[in-house]
Order: sequence, then structure tokens, then C-alpha cells
Amino acid sequence: MVDETSILDRLRPHVPWDRLAARVERGGAVVEAPADVLLAVLRAARNRLGLDTCADITAWDRLPREPRFEVVYMLGRAGTGDRLMVKALAAGEPPRLPSATAVYRGAGFPEREVYDMFGVVFDGHPDLRRILMPDDWEGHPLRRDFSLFEEPVEFIGHTPKVPSEIIPYFPPGSPSGSGGETPPR
Amino acid sequence: MATTTETLTLNMGPQHPSTHGVLRLVLELEGEVVRKCTPVMGYLHTGIEKEMESRTYHQNVTLVDRIEYLANYNEEMAFHQSVERLFGLEPPPRARYIRILMCEMNRIASHLMYLGAGAMDLNVSSVFLYCLQDREKFLDLSEMISGQRMMPGYFRVGGLAEDLPDGFVAASRAWLDEMARRIDEYDRLLTDNLIWRERLEGVALLSPEDAIALGGTGPVLRGSGIAHDIRKVLPYGGYEEFDFDVPVERGCDAFARYRVRMEEMRQARRIALQALDRLPDGPVIVNDRKVALPPRAELARSMEAVIHQFKLVSEGMHPPAGETYVATESPRGEKGYFVVSDGSNRPVRVHARAPSFYNLQTLPAMVEGRPLADVVVAVASIDIVLGDVDR
Repeated sequence: MVDETSILDRLRPHVPWDRLAARVERGGAVVEAPADVLLAVLRAARNRLGLDTCADITAWDRLPREPRFEVVYMLGRAGTGDRLMVKALAAGEPPRLPSATAVYRGAGFPEREVYDMFGVVFDGHPDLRRILMPDDWEGHPLRRDFSLFEEPVEFIGHTPKVPSEIIPYFPPGSPSGSGGETPPR
Repeated sequence: MATTTETLTLNMGPQHPSTHGVLRLVLELEGEVVRKCTPVMGYLHTGIEKEMESRTYHQNVTLVDRIEYLANYNEEMAFHQSVERLFGLEPPPRARYIRILMCEMNRIASHLMYLGAGAMDLNVSSVFLYCLQDREKFLDLSEMISGQRMMPGYFRVGGLAEDLPDGFVAASRAWLDEMARRIDEYDRLLTDNLIWRERLEGVALLSPEDAIALGGTGPVLRGSGIAHDIRKVLPYGGYEEFDFDVPVERGCDAFARYRVRMEEMRQARRIALQALDRLPDGPVIVNDRKVALPPRAELARSMEAVIHQFKLVSEGMHPPAGETYVATESPRGEKGYFVVSDGSNRPVRVHARAPSFYNLQTLPAMVEGRPLADVVVAVASIDIVLGDVDR
């Protein structure tokens, strides 16, 4: 595991540090940035730290917490093990964030995927369309309130179940024997 | 006669033999020349990431196998690296070596598929038959070890499902010995073949700047002269204990990617042989009853073992809350799982960083301004797996 504290120290002079929350989690450097300084952080990472690759962009739904969507940018430098994870919360409905495509060209496809799956709108993206789901699909499937259903089967007495009924949900630290509760919606 | 400047829009795919799955490319053609290439994907989207949120970590191994279906062991490696980092677990040495052995043999098999399918796209169908014949022998090894030819489900959080079966070491050594000769044979057959070189050299050019900026990884990046291999720059799963070289070619074309993969097969063989030579003894899974199933024999004697077995099967394991991302090197490039856990028995979010998805993003840069016939070479040269693109 690489020591990631140094990358945070190198980033510090180039960004509004007091507005960020930085930490090292499980061996990886993480920076949480508010939406309005996100692009400044990405630019500093690219131009000052030489993190020339946007390895991946993804998001997750923090339901029931607000703002719900946390978008995660994984930055790296080709040929080295330098890594930085930048995170930003997208607020509103639809949730919005500035697009990283102006800083990282490679953000084009993954931002489309995050838009497709979570409905996060990236302002300034040149071609923000669905990428994996059909163009006429309604809703954003990776949101936690987009429920999954089993396909109806024509057996007598069969009622389609949601997967959470098939595999019971056991909340963190549940005492032995409990479980089968409804997961947080 | 007046010349026209009209462009022709051509759909290549989704059903096309050289798209390696169901990929659709919308090509704007000016005569024979591609002016614009727009990849359209999602035809193979199966919602794996959504499905994984309603299953336990153990059940999800079944699903991750189906993402990059030509490199199942590498896929399982990537998923388990992330889950094990959540737990802070390290598999025992024997499990780490067997994992690396399987991943590297799978890398050879995956590159064989690239070579065969890529050659067939260029009408060299005999190479396809040879490569599939060799790959078949790897599938036999996979069947020996896990009972499955593909989608093995052999890795477990904290180790492996079972130890190696009798005769496996000898069988895999025999295959690796044979592969040394076979790879040299393919090299002699293709590398100095005039038609092969004319079709690949200077075709599907990708500058190092484009490759880096668009997120290209694996042989696509190394074929553009960037020495970037996750096994070297961010070693995981014990790769730091192995000697191997990272092949890099500066041609930036389809031929460079071909050369990189040929050399990678030799290096993968080298790593696999080291794993076989130095295979340690000992258990193949951690001795943690909250993560790993108790050994079969214990169930007959111990009530606790029965309870642990029951809880693990019916409820599954609870990783500590938090999130993690571990990058690994699959045959196609950087494969990593972003896993968010809330401490319950099911992940809140699992995201697979798919190398084929990003390598596909480099495709327009390779084909725009080039003849239509080069698109086939370009798609073959990025070795795309649509299950990985669409998930």
C-alpha cells in the first residue's frame, strides 16, 4: 500500500483547503469537496499534481441522508501509483454538479453513466445522454428507491417478490437471530 | 460531373460478427473515410450493479464472474481485493499464490481469445482454431479446480473455495510448457507475415496523450508507449513477490497492441511458473468464522461450527461500514471495484470500473479520419468485452 498522505500535502497549497475535508481511508487519499470548488480541486490535481488520468467516475445514493448523491472521482497518474479520490455531493432535484469534461476529457462516458443511473445532471457536459439504459427509459435505476421486482411467472399461487424478501436484510450489528427487517428506503 | 459532399450514416452493429458482442457504432462516412464514430452501447446491460445491492457478498461472486466473462478469475480477484480491504483481511499465502496462478493462466487464455478473434476479423481463420484449441485446455484446468469451465466462483472472501485437486499442478505445468511453444509458433506465423503487418501497422493509431486523457488502460495504454501496469505501480494480492517485465511498445497502432499482448502471454507464463515453483503449503482460506465457512469435517463435531455455517449461508458476512476502491490489472486494463458497505450483510453500492468501457471511449480517436475497413481492426485491437462495457 502506498503512503497517500504526501499527495494530500502536495495538494494543500493549491486549493481552498479549509473548505475541503481530507483523510486517508484504508490506504487511499480522499478529498471531499463542496460542489462550487470541485472543479478547482480537479484542476489543481491535474495541473499541479500531474494526475493526468480520470480513472473512473461513479456515484452512490446515500438515501435517506440529504443531499442524496455522492459522486466519486478517481484520479491517477499514468506510469505511477499516485491516486486521489475526490468526492462531491450533488444537491437538488435533479441533482446537479459541474461537469469535469473541461478538465478531464475522459469524463465524457462515465458522467453519462452517472446521469443515466442516478439522474445527476453535469452542467457543461457536451453530450449528456443515457448510455446504458434505453433512451426512452423512465427513472434512474441505481437510485435506492428504484425497486427491483422479480419477473412474474405463470405458476398458480406465485406472487412476484422483491429481492429483499428473498434475501433478508440484516442491519449492522444485528444480534444473532434477528434480521429480515426492511432495509432503509 | 459535380462532386457531392454528402455523408453517409452507417450503423455497424449491434449484430455484426466483428463487434465481439453487441456493440453498435454509428459511423458517418465520407466515401470510404470515417468522419465521425459514435459508439452506442447498453445492449448487453443486465443491471448487475443494481442486482448486487440486494444480495450478500458471497452471492455476488456469481454476478461478478459474468462481467468480464473472458477473464473470470481476474474479475473475482478484483472484487475480492475490495471486499477484503473492507474487512482488513489478508488471505493465507497459499491462497494468494493460487489466485495469482489462476489469474495469470486466465490472462493467457484471454489474450488467446483476443488473438484468435482478432485474426479471424482479418480473415485468418486458422489462428482462431489454434487459439481456441489452446484456450480449451485452460477451460479444462478451470473445470478441474472449480467444476466450472467459465464463471468458476472459485475465490472466496479471505481465500479460496477449495485447495487444488490432485494432479492440478502437473496438469497446469504441462499446459504452460506447451504454451511456450505455441506462443512462439503464433509469433512465427503472424509477426513476420506480410499481410498481417500491412493490416495492423499504422492502423488504429492512438497517441499517448489521447490514451491517457480518455482513460485507456492495459495493452491499449502500453501499446501507446506508457509503462503503466497496476501489478507494478500499485501491487495487490502478492504480485510484489513475483519477477516479471511490463512489455511496452511505442508504435501506438494495432500492431503495437498485438506485440504487447504476445509478450504479456510470455510474462504471464513466467509468473504462473513462479507461483507453481514456490507454491507454499498451508490453509487456503482465513480461519475467521465470521467470514469463511468452517471446514466440512468440523460440522460433525462442533455445534458452533454448525451455527456459523448456518449464519454465513443464510445471512452472510458483515463487513465494517465504509467504502473502498482497489485497482487491479485485468487482461484488458484497470479493473477495480468501488464497494460501499453500511455494515449490513448486503453492499449499499458496488461499482465495477470496467476497462473495456474506457478503452471503447478511445475508439473514435483511433478511427476518425481513417478508412472504414480499419474500424474492424481497431475494435479487435482494443479486445473489447461487451459484458464489461455494459455490465
